[in-house]
Amino acid sequence: MPREAARKGGVRILDAVKMYGAEGSGVLAVDHCTFDVPAGEITVVVGPSGCGKTTLLNAIAGFHSLSSGSIYLDEEMLCGPGRLKAAPGPDRIVVFQNGALFPWKTNIDNVAFGPIMQGLMRRRHAYEKARQMMADAGLRGIENNYPGEISSGVRRRVEIVRALMTDPKILLLDEPYRALDSLTKSVMHEALLEIFYRNRVTIFFITHDLEEAIFLGHRVVIMTTRPCRPKKILDIDIPHPRDYSVLTTRRFREFMDETAAAVHEEAIKAFDAGEKER
Amino acid sequence: MKREDLRRGAVAICVFLLLWEAGSRSESWFGYAVPSVSQIPPPSAVLLEMSRLMLEPSFWESAYLSTLRVFEGFFAAMLIGIPLGLAMAVSRTFYGITFPVFEVLRPIPPLAWVPASIIFWPTQELSIAFVTFLGAFFTIVINVIGGAQAIDIRYFQAARSMGSSTWDIFRRIILPATLPSIVVGATVGVGITWAVVVAAEMISGGGSAGSMGGAAGGGLGFFIWNSYVGGSYTQIVAGMVTIGIAGYISSALLRTVGQWITPWLNEG
Amino acid sequence: MSESELAVDMAPNVTSWALTRHRFSEWLKSPRPYLMLIGFAGFLGFWYLSVEVWKLPRFAEMPGPTQVLREWFSPDPTYGLSVFVEEYYLHIWVSTRRIAIAFFLATAIGVPLGLLLGWSVRFKQYVFPVFEFLRPVPPLAWVPLAIVMFQGSETPVIFLTFLASFYATALNTMLGVESIDVSYIRAASCLGAKRWQVFRHVIVPGALPFIFTGLQISVGVAWFSLVAGEMVSGQYGLGYVINTSYTMVRYPTIVIGMVTLGIVGYVTSAAIRFLGNSMMQWRVRELALGGDR
Repeated sequence: MPREAARKGGVRILDAVKMYGAEGSGVLAVDHCTFDVPAGEITVVVGPSGCGKTTLLNAIAGFHSLSSGSIYLDEEMLCGPGRLKAAPGPDRIVVFQNGALFPWKTNIDNVAFGPIMQGLMRRRHAYEKARQMMADAGLRGIENNYPGEISSGVRRRVEIVRALMTDPKILLLDEPYRALDSLTKSVMHEALLEIFYRNRVTIFFITHDLEEAIFLGHRVVIMTTRPCRPKKILDIDIPHPRDYSVLTTRRFREFMDETAAAVHEEAIKAFDAGEKER
Repeated sequence: MKREDLRRGAVAICVFLLLWEAGSRSESWFGYAVPSVSQIPPPSAVLLEMSRLMLEPSFWESAYLSTLRVFEGFFAAMLIGIPLGLAMAVSRTFYGITFPVFEVLRPIPPLAWVPASIIFWPTQELSIAFVTFLGAFFTIVINVIGGAQAIDIRYFQAARSMGSSTWDIFRRIILPATLPSIVVGATVGVGITWAVVVAAEMISGGGSAGSMGGAAGGGLGFFIWNSYVGGSYTQIVAGMVTIGIAGYISSALLRTVGQWITPWLNEG
Repeated sequence: MSESELAVDMAPNVTSWALTRHRFSEWLKSPRPYLMLIGFAGFLGFWYLSVEVWKLPRFAEMPGPTQVLREWFSPDPTYGLSVFVEEYYLHIWVSTRRIAIAFFLATAIGVPLGLLLGWSVRFKQYVFPVFEFLRPVPPLAWVPLAIVMFQGSETPVIFLTFLASFYATALNTMLGVESIDVSYIRAASCLGAKRWQVFRHVIVPGALPFIFTGLQISVGVAWFSLVAGEMVSGQYGLGYVINTSYTMVRYPTIVIGMVTLGIVGYVTSAAIRFLGNSMMQWRVRELALGGDR
């Protein structure tokens, strides 16, 4: 597919550090993180709540600055010494935890928003493409409804379609399915994978759910509790395309065994430290 | 950051005062009288006047009288408004009966009640107090209802399952949970009360129709009207500034008391 | 899961009119309309009994409801004002006109100012202190100064009303902008919107619900100030009616004035609410149909 070559989206995080607050009483959120997010793959970051993983995502997206260290996107520096804050841009689109579909626009207005704002195509084409992409994702029929009228699971899917409209290099998902029940979640996972197989966009996914991480990811990065640092990095060699039958395979269970202890250990530390839910 | 905040604000106020001064004195400074603004006394004159007034006991008497009226009306509004609001929030039946009447009376501006109030109440003071009471009353009740209705039903369920009586639930859940809304209602209400007191004082003491009870016995509103009638414009502005300061202090006081009685809101 | 199955289940296709009709019929079926009638009956009954039947001491001089009603609807009213008299409508018109001018001015200046105050931290740092500096002065305290500043008798009254309304509108608009979830702004930036586009597509629509709440408060405050202003220095208008009715001992007319004020005030508030709802269909539907399903 020609798209693959043109849009890579590999992210490299080098020795990132983020400290909040004044000099003396600062809180260290990110503690010298270094790891790679390979292009064209799904990388999932797992860690207890409040550990700092969202800070990392925000740094990539350009909403927060780093205190030191650097982040590269396809060999181009996003932020680093001299420029500690990246500018937000359509090459790195975020899907937010509580959803950020504009409630005052219809679903199709939302989906067509990106290309129209960037002036990439005429309105008519943007809407045609939006309709097409929504149909591809199984969302036909709700184009003219408002986000407030549909269920949150469907809202999430519309948001992902909106993000993909302008072919971003990397999709940043910040615990997008956290607020959904587990039945809806499993449907969302398969939907996300379907979208991934069709678009091959790089995905950077944050969660606290280990099973979700291993199911979705090519690579899983387990973070320590705050301040976060990669504790363990696994390459999940379960072949794609995956579906839910994968959950009961032996290989899946092996991965769970390998990682559960590490995750649990960090969870206990977070609990003892009294981490507040964001 | 905070310091820059203050600095910018201070700069802005200084610029504002300067423009005011220049506008007021524009005729003598520039030979051209800025419309409207040149009629206003300049801040320098106002400041002078205020320092003179500070030394006059009659001025402090007026200020005291107004403040007294504000707090009388305000506390009456709280005393009646809070229980009423809570009753309305707790009982659907009571709400159904009283709320429509309440909503019909609410759009009538408090000052429109002044004549009716004067006819009804035996003394001038009481009639002003009643109108003042009305001003804050509606705001407080609305805020209390809003706050009580917003209480998460799960608190009730948790309490019941732990064996609480209805009185307990009221005391330990409804009251504390509604407290923040009561504080907001109070802070807004006290501002309205000041507006009503000043208005009532002006109307009773002055007013185009004149004689709604004659000299109502002072207060800052009366003071301002008197200054206007007497042609002392600087005093008008001095009076306005004083009321502004008094109003600000009242709100700030309430906000502080509010924070003190709802300490759980201050974290984070 | 086939596409069509998904689509049919996903969103209700209800028209707004059907929604309104449904809510109204639900209301009729509940005990609420009857409780409301009990409330009004109680209030009017108490008024009637205390003034006209029992003639309680304090209530002696007050006009009773039957008196007021008779006067209000009489073709030849004793005191000069009823629904059949042209002057009645003149007063309503004068007051409403003043409100309209003041309110529209206040909205035209207050909303943009509020939007800017909420949107630009810098702007707020410079402008807000001056704003807050002038705010604690109650509207009526401005009357003498306004009379001194402006010519004629109309302008001071309108100025007063404008001031009060302006503050309420600007403040609520500012709060509205500040209440917008930052995720929306971030999402828009991600999707490539430039600052002015974020302002137009996110800030303005996002603040609209708060702006309309503010406008309802603002019109209420406007009536408050207008009546005060009219009572002190005006000719014609409902506040003036109430004032002069008192001095000319035309007591039933006082009540007529008050009731009229209440009605007109309610209508203006409702008109704004209605306008808001039609401009923000998304919100009405969200509240009625959604609530995170």
